[in-house]
Amino acid sequence: MGAQLIQVDWAVVLIMLPLSAAMLGFLLPGMARNIGLLAALLILFTVVGLGWQLTQTGVYSHVAGGWLAPLGIQLHADGFSLLMLATSAIVGVAVSIYSTGYFKAADDQRFWPTWLLLWAALNALFLAADVFNLYVTLELLGLSAVTLASLTGSKDSVSAAMRYLLSTLLGSLAFLLGIGLLYHQYGSVDIAILSERVNDSTVSWAALGLITAGLALKTALFPFHFWLPPAHASAPAPVSALLSALVVKASFYILLRLWLGLFDFQQDSTVANMLGILGATAVLWGSIQALRQIRLKMLVAYSTVAQIGYLFLAFPLAQTGGNRVWYAVAYLMLSHALAKAAMFLVAGNMMLFGGHDRIVNLDRVVQRLPVTVAAFGLAGVSIMGLPPSGGFIAKWLLLEAALAQGHWGIAGIMMLGGILAAAYVFKVLGYAFIPSPVPHQAVSVPARMQWMALLLATLAIMAGFVAQPLMQLIGIGALFDSTGSMP
Amino acid sequence: MSMLFFYALIGVGLFTLGLLALVVQPHLLQKILALNVMGSGVFLLLVALGGRSQPVVDVVPQAMVITGIVVAVSATAMALTLMLNLSRSSPGAQLPEDQSADS
Repeated sequence: MGAQLIQVDWAVVLIMLPLSAAMLGFLLPGMARNIGLLAALLILFTVVGLGWQLTQTGVYSHVAGGWLAPLGIQLHADGFSLLMLATSAIVGVAVSIYSTGYFKAADDQRFWPTWLLLWAALNALFLAADVFNLYVTLELLGLSAVTLASLTGSKDSVSAAMRYLLSTLLGSLAFLLGIGLLYHQYGSVDIAILSERVNDSTVSWAALGLITAGLALKTALFPFHFWLPPAHASAPAPVSALLSALVVKASFYILLRLWLGLFDFQQDSTVANMLGILGATAVLWGSIQALRQIRLKMLVAYSTVAQIGYLFLAFPLAQTGGNRVWYAVAYLMLSHALAKAAMFLVAGNMMLFGGHDRIVNLDRVVQRLPVTVAAFGLAGVSIMGLPPSGGFIAKWLLLEAALAQGHWGIAGIMMLGGILAAAYVFKVLGYAFIPSPVPHQAVSVPARMQWMALLLATLAIMAGFVAQPLMQLIGIGALFDSTGSMP
Repeated sequence: MSMLFFYALIGVGLFTLGLLALVVQPHLLQKILALNVMGSGVFLLLVALGGRSQPVVDVVPQAMVITGIVVAVSATAMALTLMLNLSRSSPGAQLPEDQSADS
């Protein structure tokens, strides 16, 4: 039994399953919800299967249909892919269950097929082994994300989705131009082959610039973050959770993978330092903007801008800090995804409960939605980076690297970002405890919507307790270990 | 060879022109067209560079361009749908911040 299960191409199933479920849901709109829920559970099971396969046999690769690159499609799964697939599966299942309480019938039929398509694009992206497939999956992801963002059809959400679409298309075109140049110079699109061939040349630098700029735009790195807050804040809550937790991480995942594999030729740290400076600005700007918001969803969206900044702080640190820094980044991607999804689900609950998400009018919501407010608090602990959360482990490793290398500026920014995060989390929690002048017309919130938010927030905390085994899983394939040395 | 280089240069020129238009033109239709011009620039560059391996033309860039065109068509269709939706709710298909800049 075990011998047969280890032969299964779990990775192929991970792409085909959401894709077929999306088509079925589209054809049978009445059953879309049941099909989607079933698919979500099966995907979680499949990711576990893939994880087990990776621990037994190491890095997995698969040539689809027997066609080799560059014309064929190859799949590749290592520890980092597994981490992202697992994050998507966990957040995906929780958001799927949550959305059964959130969406009414008509929206439900539009949500499920698009969300399953988005999931298929995500899984395919994390499994892609060549840069052209990365481009295709990036576009699939972008288009389905924009569709989801415009789901409600309100004027705000449509204009936000329009801005999001224009930005994401611009980012993909820059990325495509970059990989076109790489293919022209090095004659391959396979990441493994390219990583051997790419060297320090003008074409490499042009490709590096185009790809980094395109992906930074898609990841919403300051000052390219302009599209993110309106798009994430005006989308329905489950969609915001998916966009903030998973979609922006996907383009960062590509950037990290290409940076480690292809662009390790640059000894000169100018680009890395520049990304670090932008990241630092994002941490401060995003946090201060979050603090200034009057609507909860905008606050959470700006918090995403700030947390993305932390991811980019790693680039200058990794110059000498080596693999520990990249492990910290991977961990931050996981814990931020869990915590931020929880926060957006909480915002959705509060919006459903009171009919608005103005922070000053939360009106003793803690007494009436205790589970939801607890979820916000726990997610806040991880966002702030307090122990024992997953966010703490990641930020501690980054801080340690910054101090060890004497990057006092980065260390200071990280601490300041933590304090600002505490300020905006407590701003929300404070108003949740006091009565507001305008009383709520309270609507009851289904229990599963509250518990799903709490589940994700709890997992973000739990991630702090399982750091050692998780790091080992991420280490399968030794993507991070090839650069730099252990400090 | 030099002719192909010329095409590649035109491709880069289209990309840059499109980028400029995308940023400065307020009307959404112009922005969408600008993205299409940028896309055509990238495709022209890819095909031109694929022709460098004479006498046999490299087919991989052509396969990429075909995929790219499919993506561009669906993205344009979606952008146009969103634009129509926006222009119904507000006069003049522009993003809110561009409107406030004009008036």
